[in-house]
Amino acid sequence: MLPTPDTSHVEFERIYEPAEDSFLLLDTLSSAAEAAFLRDRFGSRSDAAGPAPVPPPFVVEIGPGSGVVIGFINAHASVIFGSRDVLTAAVDVNSHACRATRETARKAAADNAASHGMYLDALQGDLVAPLRPGSVDVLVFNPPYVPTEELPRQPAADHEGGGDKQPTFDHDSYLLSLSYAGGRDGMETTDRLIDALPETLSPRGCAYVLLCAQNRPEEVKERIRGFGRQWRAETVGSSGKKAGWEKLQIIRIWRE
Amino acid sequence: MKVLSLNFLSCAVKGCKSSSDSYPLHPKDAELVQDDIEVNAQLLINLLPRIDWTALTTTATELGFPALPPQAPTPEELEADEAKLKDLHHLLMETQIMEGKLVCASCGHEYAVREGIANFLLPSHLV
Ligand SMILES: [Zn+2]
Repeated sequence: MLPTPDTSHVEFERIYEPAEDSFLLLDTLSSAAEAAFLRDRFGSRSDAAGPAPVPPPFVVEIGPGSGVVIGFINAHASVIFGSRDVLTAAVDVNSHACRATRETARKAAADNAASHGMYLDALQGDLVAPLRPGSVDVLVFNPPYVPTEELPRQPAADHEGGGDKQPTFDHDSYLLSLSYAGGRDGMETTDRLIDALPETLSPRGCAYVLLCAQNRPEEVKERIRGFGRQWRAETVGSSGKKAGWEKLQIIRIWRE
Repeated sequence: MKVLSLNFLSCAVKGCKSSSDSYPLHPKDAELVQDDIEVNAQLLINLLPRIDWTALTTTATELGFPALPPQAPTPEELEADEAKLKDLHHLLMETQIMEGKLVCASCGHEYAVREGIANFLLPSHLV
């Protein structure tokens, strides 16, 4: 098992604390099966003329919170992708999470000097809105997946997102609610992300999305396959097996 | 934020995504700092084919860097020219925008950069 990034600097009163879902993502992304998939897709290839250069993948986590997942991917780039030539970045609505992610990624890279990739930035924003269409090679999303009666109001500029606001208990609770409250079926935010995938992913792009049982993962996968003939969606990691149910699972989405 | 990041970003306004003017965003009143990051020559060489060189040229000029050549260097040229490699590394990886704005040429919206973090949240009327 690869070491988990240090998140001791993170203020967990307003940022989601790494939990079972985060660790399932780490386990899945560093599994032999996913490393093989990612190396095959993004690793360097050799032909008669020698190794052919392959552009480094651009890996983006949406909603990194503490930064433990993107910090892990970046720190262990050469183990996961077979090369240190990997660019990583993140987008979070919560400005505190953006700062925490930057620090987590910095520390984890320093602790893994021989294997880390190139961490670029954490941007404050709504899902993939800041990203250039067609630019993302690997997208990772641990969504707000808990079914709730209502979706918290979505943050807008100059309020809600953190910024220079003085921390208050209510505002901290609001920021935390954004990290877990998923509205109807726990899918309101995830549905928006999935709808944006065809425009966001590069032709070789893929996405890893975490779902819980209440999200109806089989229906989600069917919906993605309905995007078109090349689209694939499969479960590649799961935890918390209970009476034949996977409590949490990771689906991988890609085009053949 | 790194100059390289600007190569992957465009205006967050939905109606701007299909407009060529929404990319790249234009830095304004940018305060820059220089980090000290080890050079990874292989990464830079492999990165070349996926950099939008025209966009990078615009960004570099707007940030006050010497004009880049109109065509991206080939991997062979970059491999053979250590000074060129270091310049590119300096621009893409080591230069950080700490404060300032990023402006969309399509809708005119300005995104603030504070403490090195760009804020792409939109005011409610633009969402
Ligand atoms: Zn715009």
